[in-house]
Amino acid sequence: MLNTTTETTAPHTASFRTPDEARIQRTAAATGVDLDAFAAELDAIRERVLADLGERDARYIRKLLKTQRGLELSGRLLLMLGLFPPAWLAGTAALSVSKILDNMEIGHNIMHGQYDWMRDPALDSKRFEWDTACPADQWRHSHNYMHHTYTNILGKDRDIGYGQVRISEEQRWSPFFLLNPLNAFWLAVLFQWGIALHDLEVNRVVSGKRPIREILPLARGVWRKGSRQALKDYVLFPLLAGPGFLPVLAGNATANVARNLWAFMIIFCGHFPDGVAVFTEEECENESRGHWYLRQLLGSANIEGGPLFHIMSGNLSHQIEHHLFPDLPAHRYAEIAEEVRALCEKHGLPYNTGPLGKQFGSVVRKLFRLALP
Amino acid sequence: MSASARFQDTLQRGLNALLSTPLAGGLAWPHGPHRFVETFAPTWSLASVRARIVDIRYETEDTVTLVLAPNARWSGFRAGQYVRLGVDVDGVRRTRCFSVSSSAHGPRERLTVTIRENRGGVVSSFLVRRAQRGMVVELSPAEGSFALPEQRPERILLLGGGSGITPLMSMLRTLHDEFYEGRITLLYYARTPEDIIFGAELRALRHAWPRAEFHPITESGSPGALEGRFCAEHVDALVPDAASCATFACGPQGMLDAVQNLWDARGWGDRLHMERFVAPAAPARDADGDAGGAVRFSRANVVALPAAGTLLERAEAAGLNPESGCRMGICHTCKCRKTSGTVRNLLTGAVSAEADEEIQLCVSVPVGDVTLDL
Repeated sequence: MLNTTTETTAPHTASFRTPDEARIQRTAAATGVDLDAFAAELDAIRERVLADLGERDARYIRKLLKTQRGLELSGRLLLMLGLFPPAWLAGTAALSVSKILDNMEIGHNIMHGQYDWMRDPALDSKRFEWDTACPADQWRHSHNYMHHTYTNILGKDRDIGYGQVRISEEQRWSPFFLLNPLNAFWLAVLFQWGIALHDLEVNRVVSGKRPIREILPLARGVWRKGSRQALKDYVLFPLLAGPGFLPVLAGNATANVARNLWAFMIIFCGHFPDGVAVFTEEECENESRGHWYLRQLLGSANIEGGPLFHIMSGNLSHQIEHHLFPDLPAHRYAEIAEEVRALCEKHGLPYNTGPLGKQFGSVVRKLFRLALP
Repeated sequence: MSASARFQDTLQRGLNALLSTPLAGGLAWPHGPHRFVETFAPTWSLASVRARIVDIRYETEDTVTLVLAPNARWSGFRAGQYVRLGVDVDGVRRTRCFSVSSSAHGPRERLTVTIRENRGGVVSSFLVRRAQRGMVVELSPAEGSFALPEQRPERILLLGGGSGITPLMSMLRTLHDEFYEGRITLLYYARTPEDIIFGAELRALRHAWPRAEFHPITESGSPGALEGRFCAEHVDALVPDAASCATFACGPQGMLDAVQNLWDARGWGDRLHMERFVAPAAPARDADGDAGGAVRFSRANVVALPAAGTLLERAEAAGLNPESGCRMGICHTCKCRKTSGTVRNLLTGAVSAEADEEIQLCVSVPVGDVTLDL
């Protein structure tokens, strides 16, 4: 299946290895694109939104923070009464939603610098910490820099499979991947810890590509952050509940797992559904801004849904817009999505979108299919 | 301090003592307990000085006095000092310095700042035109060495120009409240009689305080009074004993330069105290002048001479190794505080001269000299 021949391309044209017919056709469409014009049009959208940032965006993020913190406080309080089942259920639900909001629409987006223009230290990308095991500074490196700069470049973007899972034909098969669906399942359940260990590149250390002393300071950071997270959710709050120790412990664990599963699902729908392209390092050497934009577009996929769904997904359901404009406030993506889509149509470029069932369904099918060579 | 204010102070301190315990820190990890409190009650977190605007008084057509109720973190001020006041204007936190105008002997839970709208000034225009009761602002602790000495001088001369009257007003009110027994003279320069701030209060003070003399001087003049801008003749005519005065001057740049020159020329320089609020320097060259000025990296104490390139490239060329990532303005790894100077953003073309601003080094070029906190 794997097409290993290197395509010859004219300068400033897209090219990528395309294992299936549909993608080959998209490549053909893409090669005719005037990338400079495409980039200029996208830049214009970006500038228009930047010029319009103001009170509305500030109100949005502060209202969201208020909602999240209100949910967290009420969730924690309700769980204190966790011996009473309805309180446990409500508390666990509130805490799950709170953690999802904290990590996705708030933490992920603030750390992208989407609200840096507000100059509020509480919303500052470099100072923000989030309610998950991964230390913010390591996330900013592995995600903001590596993943967003080298999106879907095989060998550079370690978000492709997170070093655990084979999700793209182009990842070389090994017997380890026979357990691919199971590996993916455990990655989903323990997603926050998978993310936390992400920047350590453990598999590269094991294979001797990265010296262990290089990752020691990072490992210490993960330990510090992770242990404080665990202390809070699995020791302090349960102890505070006295006789309600176990219900609180169970509620907190459930909320963490619920957030893990949800985040895994949304994130895997961002880059791994059918029709998303991966790229080689060679074809991205000295790439123009236009090619970078094109790669972001072809390497991302959206999920359709209502406003609440978009908020709960941290607007990663607008993965395409997010990858084109990672530092624009995410609640703006819905407003510019129509325009981006029209632009793609005009240039004959694909715009990968679909309902959650379709996108995640194709991810799950791939997880199974790619277990075999 | 009123009983209710004392009660609220006690509550705030009690709550914050609780919030500062390791247990609270562990439970509210990683955001910290203060972030939870300030989300719902911004002035109740004592992590920073915050104040609520409780009243707004128009002093002139373009000048307002904001009455502020600070939280228990506020620890008072000396007459003449200023605060850095931060307020969100169209979603953006902006910070400017304003002199406190109230008496240092007023209740701790109240202070006032008096602000004249500075044409084109984002913050002053906002505070004069759009501030509302109930709004919360950030404050710094009181700062500045321009203040009445603890040991009050026996003879004081105050020279004010325009909105430069505000710290002097704080001094006057403070001295009046403590039954100051020395002699005090104020020369207050304003463009027109309508521009005189605190006019009625100054007149009332003069009647009640025989050892105080106030001389409003306007450019257009009024019958029987001096007119024009600050000059030696005014001092000689109105303050024959200026040599023996502890002199405090606050006003526009031109006036302060004139005061300084006169005092230096007469050998009184050691008795002169001045407050200068310097306006940000204008771009040294046009917006496309990429080969900007010198870049000073203040932490490393290195100065890079004018050259081409982004600030990131300039920093690296100077042997520094600032954190950086994408080098195309998307990842925000290279964000750094610019303490002074003007830069142009290569992505947006925006030119910005604001002090203490966070900029992305990889897409910023200097326009004129720039100082970075690096």
